[in-house]
Formats: sequence, structure tokens, C-alpha cells
Amino acid sequence: MSLARVNGFTLDGVVARRVWVEADIRKGLPAFTVVGLADKAVREARERVRAAITNAGFVFPDARITISLAPAHLRKVGPGFDLPVAVAILAASGELGSEVLADWALAGELSLNGDVRSIRGVLAIAEGAKRHGIAKLAVPRGRAREAGLVGGVEAVGVDELQEVVEILRGTREPAPLPAGEAPASPPVDEPDLSDVRGHNGLVAALEVAAAGGHNLFLHGPPGTGKTMLARRLPGLLPPLTPREAIEVTRLHSIAGLHDGAGLIERRPFRAPHHTISASGLVGGGGQPTPGEATLAHHGVLFLDELSEFTRPALEALRQPLEDGHVTIVRAQRVMVFPTRVTLVAASNPCPCGRGESACRCSAVDLSRHQRRLSGPLLDRIDVSVTVARPSAHALSNQTAPRSAELRPRILAARDRQTERLADTALTCNAQLTVRLLRERGSVTAAAQALLYDLHDRNRLSARGHGRILRVARTVADLDGADEVEVDHILRAASLRLDDQSLELAA
Amino acid sequence: MVGAACDGCLRRTDLIAAIAPCIDIEWRRRSAPAGVLSLPDEALIALDPRGGARRRYARFAPAAARAAAEAAGLLTVCRCSGAYPDRLRELDDPPAVLHVAGRAAVLDVPDAVAIVGARRGTGYGLEVARALGRGLAASGLPVVSGMAMGVDSAAHVGALERAAPPRSRVGDALPGPATGGAPTPVAGGTSGGAPVVAVLAGSADVPYPPSRRRLYARIVEHGCIVSELPPGAPAFRWCFVARNRIIAGLAALTVVVEAAERSGSLTTADFATQLGRPVGAVPGPVTSRFSAGTNGLLAAGASVVRDTRDVLDELLGPDAPRPAPVAAAVPLEPRLRGLLDAIERGHGSLAELAAAPAASAQVLRDLTDLELRGLVRREFGGRYVRAHEGRA
Repeated sequence: MSLARVNGFTLDGVVARRVWVEADIRKGLPAFTVVGLADKAVREARERVRAAITNAGFVFPDARITISLAPAHLRKVGPGFDLPVAVAILAASGELGSEVLADWALAGELSLNGDVRSIRGVLAIAEGAKRHGIAKLAVPRGRAREAGLVGGVEAVGVDELQEVVEILRGTREPAPLPAGEAPASPPVDEPDLSDVRGHNGLVAALEVAAAGGHNLFLHGPPGTGKTMLARRLPGLLPPLTPREAIEVTRLHSIAGLHDGAGLIERRPFRAPHHTISASGLVGGGGQPTPGEATLAHHGVLFLDELSEFTRPALEALRQPLEDGHVTIVRAQRVMVFPTRVTLVAASNPCPCGRGESACRCSAVDLSRHQRRLSGPLLDRIDVSVTVARPSAHALSNQTAPRSAELRPRILAARDRQTERLADTALTCNAQLTVRLLRERGSVTAAAQALLYDLHDRNRLSARGHGRILRVARTVADLDGADEVEVDHILRAASLRLDDQSLELAA
Repeated sequence: MVGAACDGCLRRTDLIAAIAPCIDIEWRRRSAPAGVLSLPDEALIALDPRGGARRRYARFAPAAARAAAEAAGLLTVCRCSGAYPDRLRELDDPPAVLHVAGRAAVLDVPDAVAIVGARRGTGYGLEVARALGRGLAASGLPVVSGMAMGVDSAAHVGALERAAPPRSRVGDALPGPATGGAPTPVAGGTSGGAPVVAVLAGSADVPYPPSRRRLYARIVEHGCIVSELPPGAPAFRWCFVARNRIIAGLAALTVVVEAAERSGSLTTADFATQLGRPVGAVPGPVTSRFSAGTNGLLAAGASVVRDTRDVLDELLGPDAPRPAPVAAAVPLEPRLRGLLDAIERGHGSLAELAAAPAASAQVLRDLTDLELRGLVRREFGGRYVRAHEGRA
């Protein structure tokens, strides 16, 4: 036997693509070549595989070895090819029969002594295996539970090359999956709203933002609790659905942020520093990797000090916020990363952050700060509140309700939205366009008239108009009301983000 | 005819633009900055050590200057013309030519009021400036300012709210008075409210600061932009002080809204005093360094300006006709009254106004109610402040 073929997978953005790992061994001067658009880590597999095969007690064939990774046009990345390459060589040299190989997919890095080491993106690989109808998947032991999350594929955790070969030969039973503790839902260690003191008035704003999926702007001096409030938002959002949880786990696994211990059930909360680059925020790079917006998919993306972020970074985030995904185009390939996030942006009133009476900012500083704030992202924000320093009295007397007390109302409001939008691709009020609002918002005539009145008085922009209407729809959903009435508009208007008022303030 | 400055005045303007950098040096050298601009042409030429100004002066072509102004869309009014505002002639050094973008006729309207103040305005200063601008425009008085950031712009914006009123309302869903009654011009206002005048330090065809482009366009539409310098001339430091003298010269009364200890807007007040015109100042907290200059003016005898009524009293005398009072104040329910009191004390954020989550729905409702009554204003970010001159 001098030819063998093994199923492997490579990550292409956030999905795994099947790669045939073919080994051919023939007489000739000893050589070991890998062809098929392999990146550095894959080409280096040669050295690891050679050592691992020998140290695992097998004979490394003293012949001309060619490894082909097909399809040849797809770029192969990562060290996960070590295991399939080693097994392909062993099969080609007759160490094991190649009949079973079609049922298996293999992924794992090898250490020089033959141990199988952990890799990223196992969940995506398992999904890929399922898609291709491959029955069994051997992955590093620590990742077996992650692979097992995908039903329909038998995940096998392995520790060393020797073990893999024995399992494939059928001389050894795969070790059982490590038992996982029962999923706790909702997660117990989520920061709870009741930790927040002195901001009871803002609970309504958080509730609305959570219920409608609205992006939120927190405006206030440093040290007043903006970050603390933002951190409580994921706990107010409805729990991840199983499908969302798988998606989040897959993305985090690909980014190397997941320990392989099972499903991620918390909504992600990502708070990138303001020095982040555009590609760090939305994904990119020569080998495009997901950015913070993708890591916050189905969760909360918190941008503290909004005005300090670079303009290109904020510009880059605009479209992904609107579309729920970002498309990254590189020569020869296009990648789509999901970015369905709830944005929470926070800013100081002025660059020095000392507050009005002690402020040392010049007119120019202030103007620049406000101009940067007025940038592209504010268009996407529906709810805005000022976070003031709580008084000592409020700090000692006000305790916010527990997140669990708010969640039923929020869930009920979400259910109403899902029902209303069942036949669209949308999921929550924040995604409603003005046209859809008109068609399905059920706004009463009196409410519409009030909105026009506000519009004229405050010189609202058309965008501001839509914002109030969207938020009013959510307020009505929280109340369980079918129609948007005057009362809902009144309440929504005092949560609006008014970009027109910025013009004067500068 | 407006738009025809005489050759001599154009020549002098061109000379000033040519030696603007030399004036900057001379201005700093003299202990008292005034006076340079009142020097005769010969003395100005002598300021240029290299003699370029003399050659340019000799070769000056008035037709070319007129063509340049016309190309920039500017009218020119010189001090030899009848269209030149008489009040400006009282200056020691009236500008030779006014370059005007917009409606030059509005320069002649009497009883203009200058509203000036710091570029770094506080929320308080901006609110007062805006309310004064609005109130004066509603009373038919032109507002003159410098379109700088902060207080100047706020005054313009306020005046434009009256000069360019919003479209008529579709419907009043809530009972309660509107923000104001119909404006009753008391002194030569135009149909849409009083004109707005902005005096720029640089040339009148270039919005400065550039961030005020939109404001510039609205002022051109509803009033005019004025500058002493010909089109294309860059602004040097002295130009800002020279601009202030024009603001003071055009206005019958100068109001300083907010100024720190050594603010440029105090020079406007100085010019007004030299002209023997009244100066008003808006009092501020004695603890605020942003109000140190205005409080100083008050201590030195400037009249106190709390609202539009104070300005009208100062300018027209206590017996002069007034705009119809805004609709009589409707007494507020105790709940709204309490909310308004809290906002007046500076507790304008939701967190401060709603102590219990259960109460926040009512507070949210009431805040918009107060806003619709014109009593509070929602600032960027979501803080509520008391609207100045909203009646309650």
C-alpha cells in the first residue's frame, strides 16, 4: 500500500472546510514534501510528524513521501493537520488499513513525542464533519466535549498518536467522553443588576435596551458607574438559544478564547480598549481573523470612551452594526463574520473628564471631542441616558432590582417582537426600519401627532424620528400593548439620543 | 446703490490686507492696541519695512478688487456710502469697506444687540445665550455676534430659531402652552423675525471656524456675514480684536454672556464702553472661573442681564412696547413642579430624578411633558436642563 487518504479540516474564517490529506509513498531518494497551498504551520508539520511517528514507536518510511492537501486552491492554515498527515503516512506505509479512514476525520497538533495537543476551532470542525456526513471525529482529548456538542458526529478524544492508530485499527475502544456538569441556566456568576447602587432611574433605560435590542449610549463623568451598568446588560438579555450558544462557542473556539470545556451559555461581553484598530474591531488581517464585534456576536460590545476610538475603527463598525455581519474581502476569497451585537457606548462629557465646574478643556478640545462623538456610530444608537454621580443618599438607599426580576418582562417583550417579525429576517425592534414601523408598528394617530409635535419643537432629524418610534414600540411591548400610544411616545422621547443638540453644544 | 464701494476705500482695504502681518507685529509692539487702524494710509505703508506694500498700493486696480468681491459673492459698502451703518462711523477707526455676504440692508436696522462670550461656554452660558438670541429675535431686534464657538454660536442659533421658525405643528397632542406666542416686531423686524448678523475676523466668504459651516449658511440666508477684510484675506491675531470693535460698533447694546478673567469678549465690552454705548453682562456663579469676567463687568457697573426683558428695558426704556407676553403660565401639578424643581437644582439625569425603578415610567412621561411645555431642554446625552425664559 503506498497511497492513503484522510479527512482533515481547515478553518476558513469562521467555518471549517474539508481537506483531503493524501499521502503517497514511493521508492526514491528519501524526501518529504507537502503540496497544496499550505501555510507555514502546515509545512512545519513535516518536522513534527517525522519526530512524532518515530517517537511513538512506528517506523518513518525511508522513501519519497508526498503529502497533497486538496482542494489545492484552498489555503490551509494551522497546526491541526499534524494528526491527519501522520495517520495518512502510517496508512500509506501499511501500518493500518485504509478502509476505516473514510469514516473518520482527524484534527490535532502533534508534539515531538507523539502526544496530541489542543487546537482551536474544534466545534467548527465538528460541524464541518457533520456537514460532510463523516461519522467519527478524533480530536485532542481536552476538546472532545466541544466536538461532542454537535450531534450526529461521534467525537473521540485522544491523547497520543499511538492511541489514534490503535483506535483506527479497532484494537482499542475509544475512551468515553469526559462527563460535563449539567448546564447551569441562567449562568450564576453573571454580574447582577442588584449590585448597582444609586442608579435606579436608569433601570428603565437598561430594560428598554435589553427588551428591544437597542444600542445604548451612556454619557457621564468618569467613575459614575457606566462600565458597571454596561456589564449588567448581558444578564438582562434573554438567555442564548441552543443554536446561538453553539455559534458563540464556535466563534470563541476559533479565536482561541474557549477552553473546550463545553458550551458557552453566557452572552459574550467584549470591551475592547479604545486604541484598537479597525481590523481588530471588525476582523481582518492577512489571514482574516474575527474581530471584537464578532466575538461579541449575540452579546454586548462595550466601547468605553467612544470619542477616543479612531475614526477608521468606528467607521468600520458602522456597517456591521447595521447588517449583523461583516464581509471581509481578500485577494481570492471573501469571508463573512457574524456581528449581531448590542452596542453600549460610553463617553465623558469632555476630554478631561473633570466635570463642568472643574473642566480644563479648551473650546477647541471640547469641539473636537463632540465632533468625534457625533460620528458614524451615534446613528445606530437608539437609547441615550446621562449617568450622573449618585448622591451619598442614593448610594446608601437605592438598590436596583435583581436581574431575574426584570427578565420575565423582557422575555415577554422579546416574544411579542419575535411573533410580530416572524415572517422577516429580523428579530427585534432595534432592527426595524421606518417603513416596517409604519406597516407593523401599529402607531395610533394621537401618538403619531405627538411625534410630529416633538419633531418640530426639537428639530429632530428624520433619524431621530425613527429612533423614538422604535423605542416607543419596545416600551409598548414591555407594557404588553398592541398599539403604540401617546404614553409610549412620551416615555421613549425621554430616552432618545438627540444628535441635533450636539451642534449647539460644541 | 449697495454694492459699490469707492476706489479710495477699496484701496485702503487692500492695503490693510497687504500689511496684515506687519499690523500683527505693530499691534503687539504698541502697549495699547488701538490706533493702528486709524493711521492714515501713508503711515500704514511705512509699517512694511520691505516696501512691497507701497508698490502694491501704487498699482492698485479698483476694478479688480470689485470683481474679486463679486466673484466671492460679496457686496461692498464703504464708509463714503449712505448705506454704511451710521453707528459704525462713531468708531475712531471705522472699517473702510464692509464686505457682506447675505442681505446687506439688515446692517442698517437700528437697535441691534451684540451677544458675545467665551468660546468655551458652559451649559449655563450656552443656554442663556441661546435664550437671549431667541428672545431678541422674537422682539424684532437683530442679534450681532462673531460666530465663534460657544456663546457666539449659541446666540446665533437662538436668533435663527426665530428668524427661521420651524414648520407649523401638525397637531397638539398634549395640552399646554407652546414655546412662545407670535413674535411682535417692535423695531423694524422682518416678517420672519429679526435678521442675524455675524462679523468675521477673516474674509466674509469663508466660514470661520470651519465647523460652523452650516450655521454660516443659515446666517447668509436669514441675515448677513460681515467682514472688514477683502475676500481671500487670512485672519491674523489682531483681526479678532478688530472684529470685536465692529461688533460693538454695529450694536446699540453689548451683552457679555459668559467670559473668564481675560476673555477676548471683554474687549468687545471695552469697545462698547469707549463708544459710550451701554454694556450688559449676565451674572454667573461667583465660584465659576468661566463667569469671572462677566461678574467683573457687573462690579464695574455694567447692567445686569437676566433675560430678554432686561435687555429691552436697557435698550428701549421701561415704557417701550413689548412683544406680547408668552401665553400665561399654566400652574403645574405638584408632581411636575417637583420634577422641575429638581432639574432647576441641577439634578437633570434620569438616575437623579427617579429614585425607584417603579417611578421611572412616570418620570419618563413627565420629562417629555415638561419638554413639550418648553420648560426644560434635553441636552445631548440625556441630561435635562431648565430652559431659560420658559414660563412656569
